[in-house]
Amino acid sequence: MESDYVLQMDGVSKEYSGNRVLKNVSLSVKRGEIHALMGENGAGKSTLMNILFGMPVIHNTGGFEGSILLDGCPATISNPQEAMQAGIGMVHQEFMLIPGFTVTENIKVGRELTKPTFFSRIFGKSLETLDFGTMKQDARRALDTVGLGIEEHVRIAGLPVGYMQFIEIAREIDKTGIRLLVFDEPTAVLTESEAARLLAAMRDIAAQGIAIIFITHRLDEVMTVSDSVTILRDGELVTRMPTADTNVHQIAELMVGRKIGGQLTAAEERRQTREGIALKLRDLCVDMPGEALEGVDLDIREGEIFGVGGLAGQGKLGIPNGIMGLYPATGSVELFGEALDFDKLGDALQKGVAFVSEDRRGVGLLLEDSVRLNIIFTAMQINNQFLKGNMLDTREANHHAQEMVKNLDIRCTSIHQVVGDLSGGNQQKVCVARALATNPRLLFVSEPTRGIDIGAKRLVLDLLRRINEEQGMTIVMVSSELVELRSICDRIAIVSDGQVSAIMSPTDSDVNFGLAMSGIRVGAGGPAEELGGEQA
Amino acid sequence: MSDGLIKRIGWPRIIISAVLVMLILTAMLTGMDWVSLINDMVRRWGQYGILVLAMVPGIQCGIGLNFGVSLGIVGGLLGGLISMELTGQYGLWMSMTPAGRAWMMLLTALVAGIAISTLIGIGYGFLLNNVKGSEMTVSTYVGFSAIAFMNIMWLILPFKNGEIMLPLGGSGLRQTITLEFSFGSVLNNFLMLKIPLAGKVLTIPTGLLLFFFLVCFIVWLFFRSKPGMTMTAAGSNGAFARANGINVNKTRILGTTISTILGGVGIITYAQSYGFLQLYNAPMMMGFTCVASVLIGGATIRRAGVSNVVAGTLMFQGLLALGLPVANNIIPVSSLSEVSRLIISNGIILYALSKSGGRSRG
Ligand SMILES: Nc1ncnc2c1ncn2[C@@H]1O[C@H](COP(=O)(O)OP(=O)(O)OP(=O)(O)O)[C@@H](O)[C@H]1O
Ligand SMILES: [Mg+2]
Repeated sequence: MESDYVLQMDGVSKEYSGNRVLKNVSLSVKRGEIHALMGENGAGKSTLMNILFGMPVIHNTGGFEGSILLDGCPATISNPQEAMQAGIGMVHQEFMLIPGFTVTENIKVGRELTKPTFFSRIFGKSLETLDFGTMKQDARRALDTVGLGIEEHVRIAGLPVGYMQFIEIAREIDKTGIRLLVFDEPTAVLTESEAARLLAAMRDIAAQGIAIIFITHRLDEVMTVSDSVTILRDGELVTRMPTADTNVHQIAELMVGRKIGGQLTAAEERRQTREGIALKLRDLCVDMPGEALEGVDLDIREGEIFGVGGLAGQGKLGIPNGIMGLYPATGSVELFGEALDFDKLGDALQKGVAFVSEDRRGVGLLLEDSVRLNIIFTAMQINNQFLKGNMLDTREANHHAQEMVKNLDIRCTSIHQVVGDLSGGNQQKVCVARALATNPRLLFVSEPTRGIDIGAKRLVLDLLRRINEEQGMTIVMVSSELVELRSICDRIAIVSDGQVSAIMSPTDSDVNFGLAMSGIRVGAGGPAEELGGEQA
Repeated sequence: MSDGLIKRIGWPRIIISAVLVMLILTAMLTGMDWVSLINDMVRRWGQYGILVLAMVPGIQCGIGLNFGVSLGIVGGLLGGLISMELTGQYGLWMSMTPAGRAWMMLLTALVAGIAISTLIGIGYGFLLNNVKGSEMTVSTYVGFSAIAFMNIMWLILPFKNGEIMLPLGGSGLRQTITLEFSFGSVLNNFLMLKIPLAGKVLTIPTGLLLFFFLVCFIVWLFFRSKPGMTMTAAGSNGAFARANGINVNKTRILGTTISTILGGVGIITYAQSYGFLQLYNAPMMMGFTCVASVLIGGATIRRAGVSNVVAGTLMFQGLLALGLPVANNIIPVSSLSEVSRLIISNGIILYALSKSGGRSRG
């Protein structure tokens, strides 16, 4: 039935300067349906959605082939405004918020509400004043729907990425006349409970007859929430099927085109960690907006993989960002017995720490530069690697970059490709490669698997594990994904309300983890306790 | 494949090159002295090149289009004046042959110019660090103010050499100072090639071009060195730079200083080729010419390279050197040239600025 479908995209192909990233793909979504769009990093999901939304990047690179039908009628969408008018909303993978604007302004931008004034009655609508009161109420309602308890008048700049994601979702929910909503990896930056809340919100939206296209790398979410799935592989359509007819394993295999390893399981009790203390925190306070840390004591042993978990906004991100000197910090930090000087720029780097930031586009990458430069940059900067004298050693740099591209399976046309043109997940891998290139003694990885597909996730986690075992590198992994933390960490600290609420062993029960996350201090006991500086 | 090539070169540059070729053909067909037009174009290329090159470190370090290159120009002019003063008034290098003396005077001018520009550049860098976000506006004002301030200074600076002072006695420097008897054309004449062509003589100012390319090469090398790559990174993403332990303020000062130094070296090169040092309001619009050239060469306000300079200067100066005489020849209206020069340079700046906002960042 033609008109059953809100959206039908047919025979869509797209080239980026000779590189075919979509080949004759079709996608169809019914009214009120939640449709999952799946595929590995670089499969072309975001590109397909950019076409649907008329993003300038598509038209600036030669347009696309194929047709789009909305409610059975041919539609041409040549810019995002037209998409909006046609009732299509989109939450982008890379945030599209205006940093200098407040939360309300961002939610309402382009659709400001006005109220009549004396002048406007005479001279027309353009002289109406902005109706801040109603706009604030609307914004509040949308924020409440997604469960974000932030003030509406806060500016976007400096907010943690998790918040931005919620605000972006709130903006789309607030739109009226929407018939199709696209979520490009909305849950990648959310914790499990937040993601669950979002999924519930999505169901509500769908129940109102609005169709949803949902892009995610989390298969369980697809199974719980979606009605049907479309799977892409290397820019080609693999299949479209009802979710009820398939299962997690089949989807995973169809995406990757080969069998992949089993589920992540809790790390078994492992080798002895060494005696020394790699990182000693005493009363660490970090003034990071939305992720403030208020007095944390921790001891992390040399050679261990230490996890830091907790809900978004509780302060777990403050630990690496404060130590790396990106936000003002007080307290004392000792790295391998040496005191860290907060006033000295890059002191942690000099002391052998590397950092993969959770904010890859803002902090993690030089978007306009090549994959190669991004990979070697920190190593060059801090250790003077890849230099001959003071000049770039092209041979060494190429060699190393190529190796990393191979090891981490970074999908790029060459090491000279501009990083901004890579898919989201592949950008993340470049960030990891950059940190590893420095051969750090201590590696901070913040949300290392955000936005990367299951195959690559495995790859990154295995890699972390391997370098930890082979080189004895101490790793501190900050993540919202408890499952992942529990799969590779030796101990896991849960940060709640700016403080460490518990230090757990990966084998602790789900209940205990749940309690710790909600800020209840559990005396979980076990060997993990004795070194951890649990708060009084 | 060819698609990618076109994209890399960019349509504006393909069109301009085509226009240049057409202009030369038109000149040939309408019986103009096209060889001397080409001579003019090539000479201007070398003459303006280093000034345009001064844009590159500015853009790369994050201060954007350095309209304040006039500060460097002032430094270079002072260098030239000091060199002439030392020789004319204190007899430095007088024992040498005239040819040797010309070289030594040029060298003295460069050394003095670089020294002064360095000092000015550092101060200018500190200033720009205090106005982050509005560098382009500030640099435009600073550029104009520097000229205004120097209009006073040229009158009261304690130079004595009669060659550079106003002839009527008293104080004050001349408007235009001939370099004929000091270091004028030393670079241009070095290894100059004269090739007979179509009954005329094609002259290639080899020394001038070699010097231009040499400075280009040094700048290119710099951007492949650690401090250069550091500066580029800091210029394009401040947060990334900080996370890598880079002091963004320092790299910006370094970039601004190098840009100012190149402005100084650039004006000395320019002056020796032109044959005159021009003081007072003469360098006022130089910043705009430089900006337009580098943009026409494919630079953006966030990214620029040596190749943008080499191509852009040739195209911009080519348009001026060929376009105006040819146009004048076809539609003989006087004063067309000045007007079209303004239209061309400001039009290019507007065009490039309107395009440069394109790339959004997450
Ligand atoms: N602006 C661009 N210029 C050139 N190539 C691009 C551009 N944007 C994307 N690509 C390429 O298109 C391919 C598909 O990218 P896309 O962003 O659609 O992947 P994705 O399926 O969304 O992956 P992910 O799960 O990592 O977000 C990738 O190989 C990417 O390198
Ligand atoms: Mg994507």
